Amino acid sequence: MKVNLSSVYVDDQEKALRFYTEVLGFVKRSDIPLGADRWLTVVSPEEPDGTELVLEPDSHPAVRPYKEALVADGIPLTSFAVDDVREEFARLSELGVRFVQEPVEMGEITVAVLDDTCGNLIQIASHQTQDGA
Amino acid sequence: MPIVAGMGDEVFKALADPTRRKILDELAERQGQTLFEICSRLSTKHQIGLSRQAISQHLAVLEAAGLVETRREGRYKFHDLNTGPLERITDRWIRREPPESHR
Repeated sequence: MKVNLSSVYVDDQEKALRFYTEVLGFVKRSDIPLGADRWLTVVSPEEPDGTELVLEPDSHPAVRPYKEALVADGIPLTSFAVDDVREEFARLSELGVRFVQEPVEMGEITVAVLDDTCGNLIQIASHQTQDGA
Repeated sequence: MPIVAGMGDEVFKALADPTRRKILDELAERQGQTLFEICSRLSTKHQIGLSRQAISQHLAVLEAAGLVETRREGRYKFHDLNTGPLERITDRWIRREPPESHR
């Protein structure tokens, strides 16, 4: 068994696709019409065959209150790995991304939390020591 | 007037707890933290493994004492340190101003 999909609930799939690709830098993997919505996934360009992130509509009535409660307490829906949080923070801030938590060292990792513009907070994390070997 | 809050026992009760003092330490390092950030800092930097609800209750005590203020910005909620009540302590015993003058 392995994890091949992970979901974020988004308020608008088209807007989400633009943010996750043009701003965060993922690439589109699947885009299949599915009733009123789309089966829409993105992957990391570093791992085109890796775990797909599903940009899933948040139209179910239970989803919005769930998302709003998490955002109010600053809780990220999920976390993405980056090489250097501070570099990503600078790059994304330049692009107008809103961070609710600027980079902070938490033990061995550095983390920051951003708003994905689709109703979610997303954490980015990097390990303090970068060791490619 | 919020300045009246914080002259009473609430401040000293709030400061009497080590977890609450750690929360103030972390807010002194950076203002404007979400509940998530405060919880993360306590657990990763100070190995304080309390539940989110417990941290919320500590924050409520600090807020009642006027040491922490919360503000909403759109859908977000941030916590700030307010050192006003601490300044009134120094006024009272270090600068020796009569406490009545702060009422």
